[in-house]
Amino acid sequence: MTESLMINIAIAVLFLPLLGFVVTLLLGSKVKQIYLFENIILIFSLIGAIILAFFKLSSFDNTITAEFVWIDLGNTPLMGDIKITLGIILDNISVLMIVVVMLISSLVHIFSIEYMRGDPRYNRYFAYLGLFTFSMSGIVFTHNILMMYIFWELVGVSSYLLIGFWFEKKSASDAAKKAFIVNRIGDIGMFIGILILYTTYHTFTLEEIFSQISQGVLPFNNDAWLTIAGILLFAGAIGKSAQVPLHVWLPDAMEGPTPVSALIHAATMVAAGVYLVVRIFGIFTADAMLFIAFIGALSALIPATIALTQNDIKRVLAYSTVSQLGYMIMALGVGAYAFAFFHLITHAFFKACLFLGSGSVIHGMHHEQDIRNMGGLKNKMPLTYYTFLISSLAISGVPLTSGFLSKDGILAGSFAFANLTGHWLFPLVGFFVAMLTAFYMFRLVLLTFHGEPKDREKYEHVHESKFIMTIPLVILAVLSFFFWYTPNPIDPGKGWVLSEWITAPELYTPENTRYEFMIPDEVVAVDSKVMFSKMYDEAMHTAHYPAMILSLIMAGAGILLAFMFYYWNKVNVSELVEKYKKLYNWSMNKWYFDEFYDKTFVAGTLALSRFLGKFDLKIIDGIVDGSAYITKGFSFFIGKFDNVVIDGLVNFFAYLSGFIGLIFRRFQTGRVQTYLVFVLVSLVILLFIFKSF
Amino acid sequence: MLSVGLTHFLVISVVLFSLGIYAVITRKNAVMVLMGIELILNSANINFVAFARYGDFGLQGQIIALFVIVLAAAEAAIALAIVLNIYKTISNINVDEIDTLRD
Repeated sequence: MTESLMINIAIAVLFLPLLGFVVTLLLGSKVKQIYLFENIILIFSLIGAIILAFFKLSSFDNTITAEFVWIDLGNTPLMGDIKITLGIILDNISVLMIVVVMLISSLVHIFSIEYMRGDPRYNRYFAYLGLFTFSMSGIVFTHNILMMYIFWELVGVSSYLLIGFWFEKKSASDAAKKAFIVNRIGDIGMFIGILILYTTYHTFTLEEIFSQISQGVLPFNNDAWLTIAGILLFAGAIGKSAQVPLHVWLPDAMEGPTPVSALIHAATMVAAGVYLVVRIFGIFTADAMLFIAFIGALSALIPATIALTQNDIKRVLAYSTVSQLGYMIMALGVGAYAFAFFHLITHAFFKACLFLGSGSVIHGMHHEQDIRNMGGLKNKMPLTYYTFLISSLAISGVPLTSGFLSKDGILAGSFAFANLTGHWLFPLVGFFVAMLTAFYMFRLVLLTFHGEPKDREKYEHVHESKFIMTIPLVILAVLSFFFWYTPNPIDPGKGWVLSEWITAPELYTPENTRYEFMIPDEVVAVDSKVMFSKMYDEAMHTAHYPAMILSLIMAGAGILLAFMFYYWNKVNVSELVEKYKKLYNWSMNKWYFDEFYDKTFVAGTLALSRFLGKFDLKIIDGIVDGSAYITKGFSFFIGKFDNVVIDGLVNFFAYLSGFIGLIFRRFQTGRVQTYLVFVLVSLVILLFIFKSF
Repeated sequence: MLSVGLTHFLVISVVLFSLGIYAVITRKNAVMVLMGIELILNSANINFVAFARYGDFGLQGQIIALFVIVLAAAEAAIALAIVLNIYKTISNINVDEIDTLRD
């Protein structure tokens, strides 16, 4: 396996889904079975991705990059040399990510074969999936930030197409628009960030930007600008990863087909934001990181409280996704880099499993999504139930699952961070959210699969989904166990993922802008596996066991509460709701985010538009009309002038000429003799006149 | 004793010229008009010869008179040809009728 072969495989993995998209879209209406082509292509891509990951992780220590000049504008005035390169980077992060993306995409493809059967736009659905997969792998593979932005927008477009796939439904097309527009807000920030970096470094390539930063070249020679650039780039991640305050699009995006939710809103698209932060982790200053951590903490907390009361099975999962992404972002903000990426992987699997599981339930219940109408499905859909249960255990952070490992790491990271810097808010939020997560996930499980069926008639017709739908569930559930990631179920640090695959990130920021614990000391120089510094290593070490025990207690408490509420019925839920009506409504109405945005931004935009419309109508149109009126008046006057004075003059001369002609035509008799008389008379007159000369 | 001097010739010439002009202006017949022109030319000839005789010009006057006679012959030939053509066209040689130039 050589580097160039690796690059070729990567290019194949990247472009195969695009081929699938084009072929499926073009032949979609003619060849009924063309969706199989898209599926087979995806399998090939998955195999390619696994090959890449296997060889990269086993035989290559270095980062493999390949690039070519895409656009060379040469020396331009004002901007200097402009050269835009495109390229592929293969490091541990990108190959792990591509495997996750391809695996989940393939499983979603397979799941959709049955789930979407009978849809009038069946083949087009698979074409869109292909486009989405292509865009997402572009984000994963890119080695430069402009290309990242291009694929970033492509992901936006394809998610728009997928969310609005059932565009006949008004809510679906609205949700698609909302997702697209809300994402744009973050993307503007990201674009400005890219421009700041470009004006300083004159390159889009991440590697070159990093090396210049580490040499001490800062945007506008000021580390505050580096912070700002970092935060602006992070704004893109806020949009894509649905972080507070731009999280509102994700729950609405559940209007799309459920497998799409599993693909986009669990594992890939929303993970793109986290992936971006992981990619450019080295350029965040301490201030930027603190900002990121705060956004992450808010995004972990707020959606978790909303998820407690939602009744739509997919909405609960959507808010849980936002909350888990908040975890990852917070982890990155507090420096728990490896655990954040680890959680990204584990979360992708169990959340995709949950979404596909909910898809299976919805399919079985004939498009019933309200958990109040479910219950007792455990006996009817055993396979769905057990996979759903395993994933729920994983997301709640119960030992022996992958979620336990990664979540515990994040909590330990925030704990250590608090220890080192005194920001105790983050572990507090982290642990509290851990409990909420366990609670609402088990609320979901208990209401859906246990208890008495609420809707007898529907319950009678429920059946376990077909093999083709359950097999992805089983695969994903199996991937939610610990043994894929580490041999030791309580300490992931010694496992291959964290000790071999995800290595310490390189930091490029000037040392005076970093946290103290991120300044490397002599220990790091000796042992490259130590994250950041000895100080941080020790803090993590001391935080590990307390955090683990606390998180266990929290998860246990959450699950116990859920059982008390919804299984043993020890607590009367409706009474509790009555008692804390305000709090309940606050959560039920999603903290009034949508209402707030409607009242402020949407209404503001509308008011501004109305004002501008009025302005247009009154002022601009007024000016135009006024000048038209003035011109008209002026023209009228000019017209009159033309008619009377100019034409009058012309007519006068014409008349005069006519008159003179009338006189002189009499002389023109045509008779030679008269002419002769004239000549003689003239001669005589002339003689008299010139007589004196 | 009354001797014939320059004045007499000039008077004759004036009379001839006036008669020629009168003929040209008043005659309706084109041939008569041409004849009037001949009179005018000949009055000029008389002038030339008279001035040559009484002035100090050598034979120049007589020679010019000869030229004029030749010219008159040529002119008469052409003019008569035109008159003939006019006659062929409108069967008339009344100059009052020949006013197509007006239009």
